[in-house]
Amino acid sequence: MRTSFVFSEVVTGLRRNVTMTIAMIITTAISLGLLGGGLLVVSMIDKMQTNYSGKLEVAVYLTNDVSVNDKDCSQQPCAGLRSALEKTSGVESVVFENREKGFERFKAIFEAQPELVKLARPEAIPATFRVKLEDPERSDVVVQAFTGKAGVKNVDDQGKFLSRLFDVLNGIRNAAFAIALVQAFAALLLISNTIQVSAFTRRTEVGIMRLVGATRWYTQLPFLIEAVVAGVIGALVAVVGLMLGKAFFLDRVLRDPIQSGILPQLGQLDVLLISPYLLLTAIVISAVTGYVTLRLYVRL
Amino acid sequence: MIRLEHVSKVYKTSTRPALDDVSVEMDKGEFVFLIGPSGSGKSTFLRLLLREEVPSRGRVYVSNFDVAKMSRRRVPRLRQSIGCVFQDFRLLSNKTVAENVAFALEVIGKPRNTIVKVVPEVLQLVGLEGKADRLPHELSGGEQQRVAIARAFVNRPLVLIADEPTGNLDPDTSQDIMLLLERINRTGTTVVMATHDHSIVDSMRRRVVELSLGRVVRDDARGVYGVGR
Repeated sequence: MRTSFVFSEVVTGLRRNVTMTIAMIITTAISLGLLGGGLLVVSMIDKMQTNYSGKLEVAVYLTNDVSVNDKDCSQQPCAGLRSALEKTSGVESVVFENREKGFERFKAIFEAQPELVKLARPEAIPATFRVKLEDPERSDVVVQAFTGKAGVKNVDDQGKFLSRLFDVLNGIRNAAFAIALVQAFAALLLISNTIQVSAFTRRTEVGIMRLVGATRWYTQLPFLIEAVVAGVIGALVAVVGLMLGKAFFLDRVLRDPIQSGILPQLGQLDVLLISPYLLLTAIVISAVTGYVTLRLYVRL
Repeated sequence: MIRLEHVSKVYKTSTRPALDDVSVEMDKGEFVFLIGPSGSGKSTFLRLLLREEVPSRGRVYVSNFDVAKMSRRRVPRLRQSIGCVFQDFRLLSNKTVAENVAFALEVIGKPRNTIVKVVPEVLQLVGLEGKADRLPHELSGGEQQRVAIARAFVNRPLVLIADEPTGNLDPDTSQDIMLLLERINRTGTTVVMATHDHSIVDSMRRRVVELSLGRVVRDDARGVYGVGR
């Protein structure tokens, strides 16, 4: 196999129908970009899950009455609630946080927004049991058992908020995948069409190759490589696009939730980590489409 | 070298067979004219040898290839042992003379150093030394056909198939091309040439196989074109 010959054929082929090649690259890039976006959301969700697991708590807010009168949880109903919580199965630890401590914590969380801290009064913060569970998924037990009990104002499950957030992220991921799929189909048709056009414009060469006894691989390989090269360029464009999109769009739009720690920071490394998958997808799709097209539509 | 045994070929779109029970044998080193009017089956005959077509019945042998039965994967091997020349030359217009000839070797994976050695040799054989760097449109019809013959012969085929190679050429140029084909034939290459050119067949006095309506109606060892008409 003379590689120099095959590659010079590939370059001629790509140059000869350059508009089709560009269309092919753009479609592939968009499709892979969306696929990559979806994969980034997946890795974001993973990061969030590791970030939050072990930190997720159920907060049992106590009534104003308890918050004012019982600073160290030595009286009823606070002491009773504490021991009941500690005895509940699945509970790992229970920490009591009185109004003053809660206010300190509030100030620490909203350090960046001094006007909010200025407005807040310690009286607005209830005393709280922070309950850590062995399995954050099974928070329902605590919520059901303690909601409405004497001394309890309300029970707040942080996991509930988080699962809503996960729902949104999953939705974004699914939408990205769905559009990627449609785009992939368009890319597939374009690849197939480009190969057919390419084979037609080179029918004299191909005819001669057949006649002088070139093997099937020799005649087909330039077309296949042409498709794969366009696919790989598409994948590279997609990766660069994702990096730029991350740096100039995502990082700006999500600056606040990332800084406050709700959403994890995605690095350029994360984009690089998914790029092999994008490349592989591009190669597999273009090679398979190319091969099938040559088999079905092009007599070589 | 070439043997057809009771070969018939019926195309799907036609009711009349293009070839009808044809049996012919051609030996190594023979020069054979294949004549007959349009539609008599000459092209089908040649296409069967190249396995561009598969016979409906009968067997085709070229060298030691059982052409009709061989697997698709071996077809390139068969075609590498057959050279082909056509009426319309079929040169690549964007490649030079030398590149056109080299192309036939490149696509069957011959090494570079072989190619740079044999291409000038064969160009000299066909009388095109000094024109290696010309493009096809800069050449006369006769010269273009010489390039095509060089390309067909550069891999030293056992059989050279020529499908009306002089069809587009004036009589003098045709005569030159015939001299060239004769020279190639003298190297031991079997030449099968389909033609309508009376004067060439008559002057060469070689074997003539005449087809009519898909049947062999004449097979003379030293024939002329017009006998019995």
